[in-house]
Amino acid sequence: MSIAIPEYIPALIVAVPLLGAFLTPLISKINGKLRNIFVILVLGLNSLFVGLLAYNIFTKSTPDSPFIYTYIFGAKDITLPVVRILFEVDAMSIFMAIIASILTLVAVIYSWGFMKENTGLDKYYTLFLLLTAGMLGMMLTGDMFNFFVFLEITSISSAALVAFWTHKGESVEAGFKYILISTIGALFILFAVAILYGQYDALNIAVLSNAIQYTFLDKIALVLLIVALAMKAGLVPMHMWLPDSYSRAPATVTIALVGATLASLYGVLRVIFTLYGNVLLEPAKFDIPVSMFIGWLIIPLAVISIIVGVMMALRQTDFKRLIAFAAVAEIGYMFLAIGTGLAAMGTAYGRTALEGGIFHIINDALDVSLLFLVAGAIYYATKEWSLNEMGGLARNMKYTTIFFIIGLLAVAGMPPFNGFASKLIIYESTFQLNPILAIVAILCSILLLATFVKVFHSAFMGPKLPKFSDVKEVPKSMLFAMGIIACIIIFFGLFPGLVVENIVRPVADALVSNAQYLSAVFGGV
Amino acid sequence: MIIGITLIESGVNLFLITLGYRKGSVAPIYTSSPGGVMSLPIPQALTLTSIVIGVAVLALMLSLVIQIYRHYGTLDVRKVRRLKE
Repeated sequence: MSIAIPEYIPALIVAVPLLGAFLTPLISKINGKLRNIFVILVLGLNSLFVGLLAYNIFTKSTPDSPFIYTYIFGAKDITLPVVRILFEVDAMSIFMAIIASILTLVAVIYSWGFMKENTGLDKYYTLFLLLTAGMLGMMLTGDMFNFFVFLEITSISSAALVAFWTHKGESVEAGFKYILISTIGALFILFAVAILYGQYDALNIAVLSNAIQYTFLDKIALVLLIVALAMKAGLVPMHMWLPDSYSRAPATVTIALVGATLASLYGVLRVIFTLYGNVLLEPAKFDIPVSMFIGWLIIPLAVISIIVGVMMALRQTDFKRLIAFAAVAEIGYMFLAIGTGLAAMGTAYGRTALEGGIFHIINDALDVSLLFLVAGAIYYATKEWSLNEMGGLARNMKYTTIFFIIGLLAVAGMPPFNGFASKLIIYESTFQLNPILAIVAILCSILLLATFVKVFHSAFMGPKLPKFSDVKEVPKSMLFAMGIIACIIIFFGLFPGLVVENIVRPVADALVSNAQYLSAVFGGV
Repeated sequence: MIIGITLIESGVNLFLITLGYRKGSVAPIYTSSPGGVMSLPIPQALTLTSIVIGVAVLALMLSLVIQIYRHYGTLDVRKVRRLKE
């Protein structure tokens, strides 16, 4: 059974937040409260569209033929698929779009209370909607150049949002760092796109993937794309912008940034598995397939990310910075799973690793966001970032404490929360590739738990501090937003089988079956 | 740093434009073409888009630099390091 949806729905998903962004300043001239309602409505409507499209795609997909939704923007009669603006939505794209829409919707609900005391909120909400449009566009587009354009939209708006608290020097510094890194990354991507275009006269992902030869220039383009996107995703040698901008941005912006980071991660997956999908199994040198080269390139970086992220998290005293380093470690786990999936492509456990990695993307997005929201709530209540200054907050902030415990256990991979399910899959599959990888992963997970227990102890436990005696629980909208994420976390944790069967497996199918992607796109054109 | 970024950007734009050039070609305006080889229009469109994006990035960066100067009183990157390592 599937619900009939209009064929232009992918275009709507990008257009609605874009249009909303332009209307927001006008509406905020009327009334601040009206504007908040308007923004929530826009994002709610958008999530509805994403949900409808997702339902359609997941019900129509079978393991043998993943369903891909192609929508051509204008100019239907021309038979050249090369130059038109295409949306190619498969299970992977819509999966990422679901994550992005959950995160942004929650962030907007949360900002109702959290940003109440700030001025310039019309600009804040406008940028926020632009950021959403950029992220969703990155995930749904089927064209390399459009990918670059949406990437730039995302990075410009998020850099402006990172520097939103302009009265603090650090925020501006972090924003500048972020825009510098993302511009360099984006220009790398543009250069790679130009190289590919120069060779194959095409910008469409499917057309490129069909024509790709793995020549020397292709290798350069591949390296440029992976480096630039990994830089935006925060893999370790290029991670230095991430803790700065995560920790200095308002909490709501931080979780939108988590979404933007994951959009770059999606870019890595799309480039490796779809763009270069046809040449992955060809022998590169000494009869070793290309996939194994890329896989073993990613795995060491991922392991270093995990170790560095956890070690740096251990010694932080700044709450949000600590969570940001934990996020670096979590990104490392995803890349570890992806690398394993590549290095062992074609085997059963390589496939399992990929599923684990994909499942971990959504889990990490939820867990880390919940922690950031809790940190934001504490800042809202106490105006304090440093863990050394906090203490005894559990006495005044009951619900926030409960949410923090949920987030803590989920991020550290404790049963019965969702982090456990996906990390277990990752441990099992990496163990089959190389036991050392699994051992490092488990050890770091334990260290992560230690880190957060330390945070829990210093922030929430202990005697009541006199300066916090009049601290109150945060407003209802913030609690509601945290509650949504906590509910999803618990649901995923209790029924991981359900999620893996119905959502994660079709996504992994869609990712690895490159031939079907091509035929579906060409068939749809 | 900003000058560096603009340099990279110009480089990439030039690369894009040269991709589209064909020997002895004319500007790709279809209706007024005298016939013969036209240069490819797509790279030009791409370059135009990327120039526009570049302007937006540049404006944002400069405004951030102004803010940094207000807070730190200097533009020396060795001194603008209030964020911990």
